[in-house]
Amino acid sequence: MGVVKAVGEAPEAEHTKVLGNNIMTTSLDLVVNWSRSRSLWPLTFGLACCAIEMMSTGAARFDLDRMGVLFRASPRQSDVVIIAGTVTYKMLPVIQVLYEQMPEPKYVVAMGACASSGGIFDTYSVVQGIDQFLPVDVYIPGCPPRPEGLLYGLIKLQEKIMRERNTFGAAIGAGNVIPG
Amino acid sequence: MSQAVVAKLKSVFAASVLEVKEHRGEMTVTVKKEDIVAICQFLKDEAGYNFLCDLCGVDYLGQQPRFMVVYNLYNITTKERLRVKVPVAEEDAAVDTVSTVWTTANWPERECWDLMGISFNNHPDLRRILMPADWVGYPLRKDYPLQGPDRETYQGRLS
Repeated sequence: MGVVKAVGEAPEAEHTKVLGNNIMTTSLDLVVNWSRSRSLWPLTFGLACCAIEMMSTGAARFDLDRMGVLFRASPRQSDVVIIAGTVTYKMLPVIQVLYEQMPEPKYVVAMGACASSGGIFDTYSVVQGIDQFLPVDVYIPGCPPRPEGLLYGLIKLQEKIMRERNTFGAAIGAGNVIPG
Repeated sequence: MSQAVVAKLKSVFAASVLEVKEHRGEMTVTVKKEDIVAICQFLKDEAGYNFLCDLCGVDYLGQQPRFMVVYNLYNITTKERLRVKVPVAEEDAAVDTVSTVWTTANWPERECWDLMGISFNNHPDLRRILMPADWVGYPLRKDYPLQGPDRETYQGRLS
């Protein structure tokens, strides 16, 4: 590691000898929230036509990768699950198991009318909104939402994560999380 | 050609054929449900209907008998079709399985039982196929509430 010596800087402190002027002080919350919100890895999980828009958002034209949003094929590596489509009662246990397999902290995005409220499928076989079973952070309206809508929803989720306080402290047993 | 098949069917199962109807070139034969397996076996072996396209249930709510099981048959060699219907009463909603004749009948019969509540005697694996395994009720029956039994029925929306 090269030591950068600042021009015109008089008597060097001990840490400056080792690190140069590469030190930045900040709050733990900011660093933790920043790293979490800039590496939102969603679970690769599509249910219906919303999944087509989600795939489109992930592909070259809209390019979710530039926001650090990389789709992961395993719930163990995922931070966020995008409920992209109609949730039937037959599919619900699968979603719940996948959600429980995700490590904390985890977020849920209800994409589209079906995931938010059941949409046009007001029937016996369709869950009338995934928020009856999972804690939803962001609802995205639309049938299906345009990729811009999904991008906006994920940016809103990033803003929400940036407002969280003491998540790291709560993880080591100091106090409680103040949600964003 | 299908007229000849129906004539043959009538001569062999005279007591079982309830109605024969031809509409726009489509032949439909309504038969008694007690003889459905024998009739299907006859139609497959003697008349060459070697493919069961579909098997489905119909709910004529308010009529007697209430249900109808419909067998859509196809002869792959001669490209002919035949429709066989079986009336089923609500009190005894069970028909003998034809999965012994066409193996493909297995899943359509499960679907018919799952959604319409028509049981199939001697079926090798009669369990739900579309609805969750613990579902109660038969949702495609006409008297099943659209939004499920645990919700208020739809009254129309404001605005």
